[in-house]
Amino acid sequence: MPQKRRRQSRRRWIPISQNRKKEIRTAYLFLLPSLLGVGGFVFIPFLDVIRRSFLQASGHGFVGLMNYQEVLQNEAFGRAAGNTAKFMLICIPLLLFLSLGTALILQNTSGFQKAMKTGVLLPMAMPVASVAVCFQMIFDRHGWLNLLLQKFGDGGQDWLATKQAFWVLTACYIWKNLGYDMVLWLAGLSAIPREQYEAAQVQGAGRWNCFRYITMPQMKETVFVTALLSFINAFRVFREAYLIAGDYPHDSIYMLQHLFNNWFTNLDIQKMTAAAVLLVLGIGGVLGGEELWKNHREKRERKLGQA
Amino acid sequence: MGRHKTAGLGQAAVRACLVLGLAVIILPLFLLVSYSFMGVQELRELCGPVLSGLEGMSGFRLIPAYPTLRAYVRLLLDSPEFFTAFWNSCMQTGGILAGQLLAAVPAAWAFARFRFPGKGVLWFFYMLLMILPFQVTMVSGYLVLSAVHLMDTPAAVILPGMFSTLPVFILRKSFSAIPGEMIEAAKVDGAGSLRIFFHVGLPLGKAGIFAILILGFLESWNAIEQPMTYLKTKVYWPLSLYLPQITASKAALAFAASIIMLAPALLLFFFGQDYLEQGIVASGIKE
Repeated sequence: MPQKRRRQSRRRWIPISQNRKKEIRTAYLFLLPSLLGVGGFVFIPFLDVIRRSFLQASGHGFVGLMNYQEVLQNEAFGRAAGNTAKFMLICIPLLLFLSLGTALILQNTSGFQKAMKTGVLLPMAMPVASVAVCFQMIFDRHGWLNLLLQKFGDGGQDWLATKQAFWVLTACYIWKNLGYDMVLWLAGLSAIPREQYEAAQVQGAGRWNCFRYITMPQMKETVFVTALLSFINAFRVFREAYLIAGDYPHDSIYMLQHLFNNWFTNLDIQKMTAAAVLLVLGIGGVLGGEELWKNHREKRERKLGQA
Repeated sequence: MGRHKTAGLGQAAVRACLVLGLAVIILPLFLLVSYSFMGVQELRELCGPVLSGLEGMSGFRLIPAYPTLRAYVRLLLDSPEFFTAFWNSCMQTGGILAGQLLAAVPAAWAFARFRFPGKGVLWFFYMLLMILPFQVTMVSGYLVLSAVHLMDTPAAVILPGMFSTLPVFILRKSFSAIPGEMIEAAKVDGAGSLRIFFHVGLPLGKAGIFAILILGFLESWNAIEQPMTYLKTKVYWPLSLYLPQITASKAALAFAASIIMLAPALLLFFFGQDYLEQGIVASGIKE
């Protein structure tokens, strides 16, 4: 019983209704439009996708895990999955680090911060097709970067057709998302009471110690959300990649999205269904693990708080 | 005093670096505007080698040597396809945003303010759906849309777009931030669930709602994958697909068209930047 009361007190912000049944019904009524749409367009058809992933292409013969085996042994799938993972592992930390750095510098300025924010957010508004044209103009074999390098007696390489394409895409991702992440960090930073820093400084704490012992512990939620949204936006960089380099770009930026797209064009539904299920399991597993860990941590913190 | 001075100098250096970085960041936008005022000949000289595969190197010029409005005139007076595409973009984006208001706003309210069985599981699936790239749900979307004969109609882009779960995620956070006392007070006054939603939730969640509209606008205005997958007939193509198609053959038109495509987004940006920021911030609120 004390366990239960504690739960309720933590969730004070939820209106406690006299009539539980009515409350549940109301909640589902609010949820209904969204639930119908999401259910009808995604959840239910996805069950069909799962069913199809165990079937033969023509007819309805059950083939067990054969489609999965085919996908996992598919050389292109391995390459695309590897590239996507590599892109995520390099780009996201880089973006988080850069945007946090900018936010820390801008933290205590006002007019300057406002101007910087507007400028850094602008790339979000640019049409993807125009972004693609600009990046082509810069990184093409006959483009501006090589024009500049020629002056130093270098140049001549086609940045988009070599391994450098990966870094071009990285630059594009960071260019586009720096502002979004910076605003998130600035919001997280401004939520920390200034008195805490002042108190620490009076006691002789340096900048690094302030950051390590005041800022970092209070930014956990911001880190989580910023990383999550950066992850979502990292999938969206496919738009730029597709318009810059087409269906079959250089190997180093051949992502899962390219592969799915090409399978779709060839109506390779069997491979697509199996690969979609695999991806859902993979991402769902990571997300589920994270949620469990978060719940566990919250519980422990509450216990510590009680003691 | 001496220490102050060096700190000031250091800060000035840091700011100079930031301003330089900012210049690099907005350079593409500047060039886009500048190049939209160039004539066909000048653009061929500068961009031909890259965009149309001509011989030689491209040229770099910040400001057009022979500024002209000809591209805009041709685009606005002599390109009916452009208007069709622009209209398609407006319809598709408008439809998606209207649908998101109807579906995502009440759903976010339910997740933020009610306890109900299945909430945890549903929320998990909503989050998962928000993270998954379009390509994963592409097949399931295709299966439904062809089953109900909506493939290759504008509805094929609008309907699935209406039920994106990212706005639910962002709005849930801004609804959760409403103090519980306000709702209790409304209840004491005898307000029912609907009245609380309309008279407390919507006014106090206004910033969040504007924010999802701006973010949703930027997202659907620039949609590539969805129309590319679900629309085969070019008459239905939005600007975001029309633009890459004319880049190679009609560079001058393409630059002018991208400025016109950029204009609504930019206007929203300047008038709604505070909302956009609040919305980005709302998605990071601690619950």
